[in-house]
Amino acid sequence: MAVTVATRWTAHSRRFEASAATREPAWVKGILIVVALAFFSLFLLLPLVTVFAEALRRGWEVYLAALVEPDALSAITLTLLVAVIAVPLNLVFGVAAAWAITKFDFPGKQLLTTLIDLPFSVSPVIAGLIFVLVFGAQGWFGPWLIENNIKIIFAVPGLVLATVFVTFPFVARELIPLMQAQGREEEEAAVVLGAPGWKTFWYVTLPNIKWGLIYGVILCNARAMGEFGAVSVVSGHIRGLTNTMPLHVEILYNEYQFAAAFAVASLLALLALVTLVIKSFVEWRGRQAMNAGQEL
Amino acid sequence: MSIRVQNIVKRFGNFVALDDVTLDFPQGQLVGLLGPSGCGKTTLLRIIAGLESADGGQVFLDGEDASTAHVRERQVGFVFQHYALFRHMTVFDNIAFGLRVKPRKQRPNAETLRRRVHELLELVQMDSLATRYPNQLSGGQRQRVALARALAVEPRVLLLDEPFGALDAKVRKELRRWLRQLHETLHITSIFVTHDQEEALEVSDQVVLMNHGRVEQIGAPAQVYEQPATPFVYGFLGAVNLFHGRVHDNQLHVGADRLPLADNGFPADAEALGFVRPHELEIDPDPLGKEGITARVARVLALGATARVELTGANGQSVRHYEVELPRERAAALQLSVGQSVRLKSARIRLFAPEPQPAGRTLLPEGSLIGVDGEGI
Repeated sequence: MAVTVATRWTAHSRRFEASAATREPAWVKGILIVVALAFFSLFLLLPLVTVFAEALRRGWEVYLAALVEPDALSAITLTLLVAVIAVPLNLVFGVAAAWAITKFDFPGKQLLTTLIDLPFSVSPVIAGLIFVLVFGAQGWFGPWLIENNIKIIFAVPGLVLATVFVTFPFVARELIPLMQAQGREEEEAAVVLGAPGWKTFWYVTLPNIKWGLIYGVILCNARAMGEFGAVSVVSGHIRGLTNTMPLHVEILYNEYQFAAAFAVASLLALLALVTLVIKSFVEWRGRQAMNAGQEL
Repeated sequence: MSIRVQNIVKRFGNFVALDDVTLDFPQGQLVGLLGPSGCGKTTLLRIIAGLESADGGQVFLDGEDASTAHVRERQVGFVFQHYALFRHMTVFDNIAFGLRVKPRKQRPNAETLRRRVHELLELVQMDSLATRYPNQLSGGQRQRVALARALAVEPRVLLLDEPFGALDAKVRKELRRWLRQLHETLHITSIFVTHDQEEALEVSDQVVLMNHGRVEQIGAPAQVYEQPATPFVYGFLGAVNLFHGRVHDNQLHVGADRLPLADNGFPADAEALGFVRPHELEIDPDPLGKEGITARVARVLALGATARVELTGANGQSVRHYEVELPRERAAALQLSVGQSVRLKSARIRLFAPEPQPAGRTLLPEGSLIGVDGEGI
């Protein structure tokens, strides 16, 4: 895990830096720092500044107006709604998958581990298309869905499905290595002491994976709100109905409403910044928990 | 409560961990399961606890077939080698856990629970550390907490899986004595797994020796040490000198040398392995005698009351090593010098017929063997 590795190496790398025998010449260090900073400014800092600068170029009023405009509001609400449904679902799926993979042995375990990564390796557009082919009007379940008057594609359920698919690996990926490192012994101890399965999970497993789980959820949430490709395919871009924030930004941009587009984009950028702050905090807390564990 | 395992078989893929094991663990005894790593002892313990399921055979707890009972229903206390304490709970909460997760009806009230936990903390001499977290404790303290936690639910049996395996030598010795005392106060039927023969002999009422998934010998510590039933047990419990030869006219012929034997049931010319403990070997300083194994003194170590003499076999092509333990005065009287030729004799040789060994299996555990005399018969 990122948290674990970071703590393990700090002490070593500090000694490595301080010792003349292992230190690199100053110019090597200088060049590396300059290259990294230049790259960081050009590709990360500059776009971020641009987003806020463009958004506020025509003043606060225009900025606020773009955000409270009905279509924008509806996009914000929809984005929140999708995240509120998709993130808890993936929290449950992720914990269940990580639990199954790390605490039990069953045939097909390797396959499941591989499949969990599928959403990362598949292009989001393909992911969206899969749902259109399955649930769309011409898809496998299309006629049945129409008969029963259920709308999935070009409606909120489709957006949720696509988002769940794309963000599935975040929680599981974060938990599997953590739970593998922790082993099964504490759970075994709990069960021998007579604890039922759910109490074992609630009082023993969950507290041990808490920080990893929060970390996974934050990443999952950031991606759920920012997802574009898969959502774009299943959305249908119906203004005020099936437009999420990223889709709304694109529409505004295509209509040359740059200030409004950047205003909504700035919200997404803010979300990213907030996510980073929370993520750093969680990492810091996780590291503290780790350090406490290494006292003796 | 008594425990009986009957015809237990367990395989991991092609590896046979337990091969038709039947054992009785009588009420109130502390039994040590002893054997080299991979002999199946931990697997057997986990099968009794229900943490592992057997491929065949039954587990009886108090005469009742518990083979299919859930771990929760078996009421066993289990102590893990690496403690398995709940790392996010204090010592107090760790010990209280088993009481708190009981079904509502059986759960003690807060006051009873507090009293019970403090009783246990006192029992394991940890009362002052109740608010500490596991990572603030030393290894020995952690294992004591683990033991208190296991005892909190009043288990019918206590199972300890290499309980001192992860501790350093000094703490091990201390805890060993402490565990024995604890057992004398509680008299709860206990099984503990170890690969340390000294530990098993010192702590247990009964020792069960296991090798390759089979039981080699069962008996009281003195009995298994004094009368090993198999070559494996002989080698596993302490140092031993091995002489490989043929029995002829009440003598063991090893190469050109002869060792006199007492009466034995071996047919003439039968191949035999002679086992002798270091303290049962005698050194005859006359190299020209007719009896005994010729050897050359390699090193004399006089430490404390006994002297240890290491010797190299002088006969045959392969290099053999022997070890003799004798009283310090006797060693001084012999005036041994390095390189000197002597003869080794013994009044107490234990003979075994060599068993055909399946490929990949070693007759004796590594390191316990001093004399190897395979060739030159």
